[in-house]
Amino acid sequence: MSFDVPDDLRYLDSHEWARVDDGSARIGISEFAQDELGDVVFVDLPAEGEEVAAGEDFGVVESIKAVSDIYAPVSGTVTAVNDDLADRPELVNEAPYGDGWLIEVDLDDESELDDLLSADEYRDQIA
Amino acid sequence: MALRQPPLAESHEASGATLTEFGGWEMPVEFDSIRAEHEAVRESVGRFDVSHMGQLAVTGPDAGRLTNRLVTNDVSDLDPGEANYAAITDDRGVMLDDTVVSRPPADWSVEADYLVVPNAGHDAEMADRWVDHRDAWELDATVENRTESLAMVALQGPDSRDLLAAETDADLGELGRFETTVGSVAGVETLVSRTGYTGEPGYELIYPWDEAETVWSALDCQRCGLGARDTLRLEMGFLLSGQDFDPEDNPRNPYEAGVGFAVDLDSEFVGRDALEGVDVEGVEEKLRGIELVDRGVPREGYPVESADGERLGEITSGTMSPTLGRGIGLAYLPSEVGLDEPVRVSVRGEPKKARTTATPFLDR
Repeated sequence: MSFDVPDDLRYLDSHEWARVDDGSARIGISEFAQDELGDVVFVDLPAEGEEVAAGEDFGVVESIKAVSDIYAPVSGTVTAVNDDLADRPELVNEAPYGDGWLIEVDLDDESELDDLLSADEYRDQIA
Repeated sequence: MALRQPPLAESHEASGATLTEFGGWEMPVEFDSIRAEHEAVRESVGRFDVSHMGQLAVTGPDAGRLTNRLVTNDVSDLDPGEANYAAITDDRGVMLDDTVVSRPPADWSVEADYLVVPNAGHDAEMADRWVDHRDAWELDATVENRTESLAMVALQGPDSRDLLAAETDADLGELGRFETTVGSVAGVETLVSRTGYTGEPGYELIYPWDEAETVWSALDCQRCGLGARDTLRLEMGFLLSGQDFDPEDNPRNPYEAGVGFAVDLDSEFVGRDALEGVDVEGVEEKLRGIELVDRGVPREGYPVESADGERLGEITSGTMSPTLGRGIGLAYLPSEVGLDEPVRVSVRGEPKKARTTATPFLDR
């Protein structure tokens, strides 16, 4: 099966995405990643105001069968957390690029974006 | 070592199943989603390939005596067409495995006065155990490991009877729990047992390996993998051999593991004398159900602590219950820890509120 990989996002090879807009980034996991995990039942995320560092784990997505660390594509301060996931973790499966987003951060260093994969590069990786 | 393949391996691959290693076999863990498969079984019907389960055919004048002396329950008084659940213990009373023993009806063409079904990957070890004891006790019985000549499919769920009835000439109306009959399913001679590992009404079907696909495809319903099998059994508090007890890593007797009901001390079996002492003295630890109050998923190895942080034990099996929407697990705790007591489960170092509970977690 082929997975949706939106062109306007940047990706980490560990399957997280970043949607960058005016100095901040919304972060989530790819459609491929949610399919690999299976039914997501619990999401553990940092609180607003906490710092995340590019390439470091910042939380956990748990499915029925597995626990998976999630890694920050970029460094920055958490400005928003998707609180809907507490009651509806399945949103990560249903809309990984939409309502299933995880956190938003204020970017520390926009040059980090150059280290991320383009949609084409990420498609090649999961092919 | 190459993994053993079930007879439906090609069918599973074609269905897009995710595969996993289990007990030395390559088995489907998930076809669509664990939640969808789990819900199908609770609400309607699902089918599982369980051909990785062992099948030992024990035949001959002493087949009953031999088997009866190797399992904790009394199987000597089983009539043809009856089955029961038992543990297999060593002389210390430690569980080596758990099993269903049946006396197949006489009209089953497979030669088996007794059929012993041990868990995945235990078939060779148990066949050796039966043979060694037969020889030591000088009994007259043959023990055949039929694991790779017989397919086994479980059909489970409230609609399983209607689905199976449409494909078989067996009289399902007469078949009670833990009873077996022989009939044709999709034209294939099948041992039909009213048994299962899900808590739902259902059947386990044993029939020739080469006919695996014929029966499997005739029972057209949700395909289910080992993922849903695990969540379903855990909601019922059923044990998983090698995980909730293991003679090497987690040696437990049947009383500790909560299956004392399957021990008949009036029967003579290996381990009986050790267990008689346990029955009198009681056990220091018992397997308890654990239900998380906080959000989170208890998993194997996570510590269980008292409300004031004293370590009590650890989770042997845990999951997020798809039916209850809460984290559930099993753990051996000191016997003095009662039911409905507040405890904590350390989830990746973070203490989560939980409580002890009786199993099954679901009313079934």
